[in-house]
Amino acid sequence: MGIDLLPTLLRGAGITIQLTLASAALALVVALIAGLGRLSPWKPIRILAGTYVEVFRGTSVLVQLFWFYFALPLFGIRLDAFAAGVLALGLNVGAYGAETVRGSILSVPRGQIEAGIALNFSAAQRMRRIVLPQAFVMMLPPFGNNLIELLKATALVSLITIPEMTFEGYSLQMTTGRTNEIFLWLLLLYFAVAYPLTLGVRAIERRVSAFLRA
Amino acid sequence: MPANASDPASPENGRSDPGPVVRFEQVTKRFGDLTVLDRLDFEVAQNEKIAIIGPSGSGKTTILRVLMTLVEPNEGVVYVDGEPLWHKPANGELVRADEAHLRKVRKNIGMVFQHFNLFPHMSVLRNVTEAPIHVLGRSRSEAEDQALHLLDKVGLGDKTDQFPSQLSGGQKQRVAIARALAMQPKVMLFDEVTSALDPELVGEVLNILRDLARDTEMAMLIVTHEMQFARDVADRVVFFDSGRVAEEGPPSKIFSAPENPRTQSFLKAVLDH
Amino acid sequence: MFDWITFTWDMEFALEILPQLLRAAWITLQATVVGFAIAVVVGLVLALARRGPRIVSWPVTFLIEFIRSTPLLVQLYVLYFILPLYGVSLSAFVTGVIGLGLHYGAYLSEVYRAGIEHVDKGQWEAAIALNFDRRRTWTNIVLPQALPPMLPMFGNYFIVMFKETPLLSAITVVELLQTAKIIGSRTFNYVEPYTLVGLIFLALSYPAALVVNRLEARFARQRQ
Repeated sequence: MGIDLLPTLLRGAGITIQLTLASAALALVVALIAGLGRLSPWKPIRILAGTYVEVFRGTSVLVQLFWFYFALPLFGIRLDAFAAGVLALGLNVGAYGAETVRGSILSVPRGQIEAGIALNFSAAQRMRRIVLPQAFVMMLPPFGNNLIELLKATALVSLITIPEMTFEGYSLQMTTGRTNEIFLWLLLLYFAVAYPLTLGVRAIERRVSAFLRA
Repeated sequence: MPANASDPASPENGRSDPGPVVRFEQVTKRFGDLTVLDRLDFEVAQNEKIAIIGPSGSGKTTILRVLMTLVEPNEGVVYVDGEPLWHKPANGELVRADEAHLRKVRKNIGMVFQHFNLFPHMSVLRNVTEAPIHVLGRSRSEAEDQALHLLDKVGLGDKTDQFPSQLSGGQKQRVAIARALAMQPKVMLFDEVTSALDPELVGEVLNILRDLARDTEMAMLIVTHEMQFARDVADRVVFFDSGRVAEEGPPSKIFSAPENPRTQSFLKAVLDH
Repeated sequence: MFDWITFTWDMEFALEILPQLLRAAWITLQATVVGFAIAVVVGLVLALARRGPRIVSWPVTFLIEFIRSTPLLVQLYVLYFILPLYGVSLSAFVTGVIGLGLHYGAYLSEVYRAGIEHVDKGQWEAAIALNFDRRRTWTNIVLPQALPPMLPMFGNYFIVMFKETPLLSAITVVELLQTAKIIGSRTFNYVEPYTLVGLIFLALSYPAALVVNRLEARFARQRQ
C-alpha cells in the first residue's frame, strides 16, 4: 500500500512534531501566566488574563490562525506561516490550559490550606509548598489531553500553506490522485502518534488520582 | 472591628497563677442567620486538658477553628497567652490583626484535623519536617531527628519514606499528630480526630492521645464524640449547646451527675445507643 | 516592528460586509445544529454498541478511539474526496455536516457512557427487584437519571462544535470563515472580515458558555 508515499508524508510529520512541540511550549508558558493571573489579588491582572482566556476560547482556532496570518500583517506585524501557526495554536491551547491551571489550583482541597495555616506557613509558603505542587500533579492529565488536541490541531496550519503532514498529503492527492492510500496513511500516522499519547495520559490519570487521595 | 482592650470582663472562676493560655471574651460568630458562637466566655488554663462535647452544630468545632485562625469571629476578643489573636493593639485600641500578627500569635497553637489533611505530595517524614524547617527555621538534620523521635512515639518509625496514600486512616492520623507536635505549640486542638476512621482504627489513635495527655505539658482542647475517652483524659468536660457553654465540670460530675437537662438528654442519647 | 500607520479600521467597510457575514453565520449555525443532531444519535448508538457483546464492542471501541485520535480536517478530506470515488456524491455542506456528526458522535458516546455509569448500580438492582422489563428499565429508570447530568456536557460539545465549523471552509462550504476569506481576497482587506468573524463567534459562544456554566452549577448543586 503505497510505501513510496511515506517519505513525503514523514517529512511532513517532522514539521507536524516541530509545530506541536513549539506550540506546546508557548501554550504551557502562557497557560501558567494566565492561569495564575486569573487568581491574582490584583483586579486589572485578573481582567486582563480573563479577557485573553475568554477571547481565545470563545473564537475558533482556525479563525485565530487566519487572523494572525492574514490580518496581522495589516497591523504592520509580519509573521511567516510557521510563526503565525505556532502563535495561533499556542495562544489558543494556552487559553484552555489557563483554565486547567486555575481549576487545578482551586481544586486543591481547602483542608490542605487549613493544614498549612495550622502549621503557621506564610501565605506565600502555602502557595509554593502546598498548593502549587499538588496543583501541578493535577494538571498533568489535562495538559496531556491538551497536547493531543494540539497535535490534531496542527493539521489546520496546512490551510496557511505550512508543509506539515496534512499539507503534504493534500498536495500528494492533488498531484498523484491516489486518494485512498494517501488519506489512509494520514489517518494511520496521526493515530500512531496520538493513540499512545492517549494511553499514556490515561495511565497518568490513574496514578494521579491514587496519589492525591490522602 | 475595633474592640475595647480595657474591658475587664473577668472570667467567673479565676484559674490563676500564670494566667490562662486561651481566653475567649464575649466571642460571637455568625454564619448568615445562624449564630454558632453566642457571646462566648471560655478559658483554658496552662496544661489543662479539656474535652468539648455537645450535639452536632452546637459550635464546638467553631471554637477550635476560631482559635486556629481559620474562622474570624464577628465580635469579641480571643487571647492566646495574654495576647489578642484576631486583633492587635494600636493607639490604645484593638484593631484587626494583619497576617504578620496572626502568624506571631498562632505559633502557639497546633491542630489535628478530622480528615488528617496530610500533604499527599510529601513523604511521611517530610510531612513532619516541612514546617519546622521552613517556619521555625530548624536545620534539616535537627528537624529530621525530632521527626523520627515523634514518629517512633506514634508507632510509625518504620513508615518515614512512605506517602500518605499508602497509609491506613489510623496511620494517617498518627502522622498528623506527629506533624502537629513537631511545632511544639502551647495549645493543641483536636477536631473530632477519630470521626473519619473505621471503627477498628479508632483505638490506636485514642491510645496515642491518652499517652500524650498524660505526658505533655501543653494544653489540649479535644472535640470528640468518644465519651469514654473524654472521661479518661479530660481534666474538665465542657458541654456545648447552641453556641454557649451549657455546663462544665470534672468528668466525674458531668458524666455521673449532670445538672443541666440538655446535658442529661444529650448524654442519655449518646450513651444509650 | 509595529507600524500603526498602516493600520486603519474601516468602519464603513466593516458595516458594509456585516450583513453578508451574518448571513454566512446562519449557514454556520445550521451546520452546527444539524451536525450536532447527527452526533447525538451517533453517540447514543456507539455508546449502546459498546455495551453489547465483545464482537460488537471491541470494533466500536476501536472506531471511537480512532476517530478521536485523528484530526477532524483529515476526516473531512476523507469524506469529501473518497465518498465520490464510490459513487456517493453529496454536497460539500452535507459532507461536512456528516463529518462533524461522526467526529463529535465519538466524543458524545463517552458522555453517554459516563452518564449511564453514573446511575447507581442499586437502581438497576431495584429495577430487577420490581420486575421491570429491559425496555422499561431503560426508559423509566436509567435514562431519566442519566440524561439530566449529561446536559451541560452536551452543551459544552455543542459550543466546541460550533467553533469547529470553520473547518468546513477547507472543503469549500461557504460558511462564515470562507465568506470572510472571499471578501478578503476580493478587497485585499483582511482585518475587518476576520476580526468580525472572530467577534461573531465570541458574541454567540460566550453567552452560550455562560448558560452552560449555569446549568453545570445547578446540576452540581443538585447532586449534593
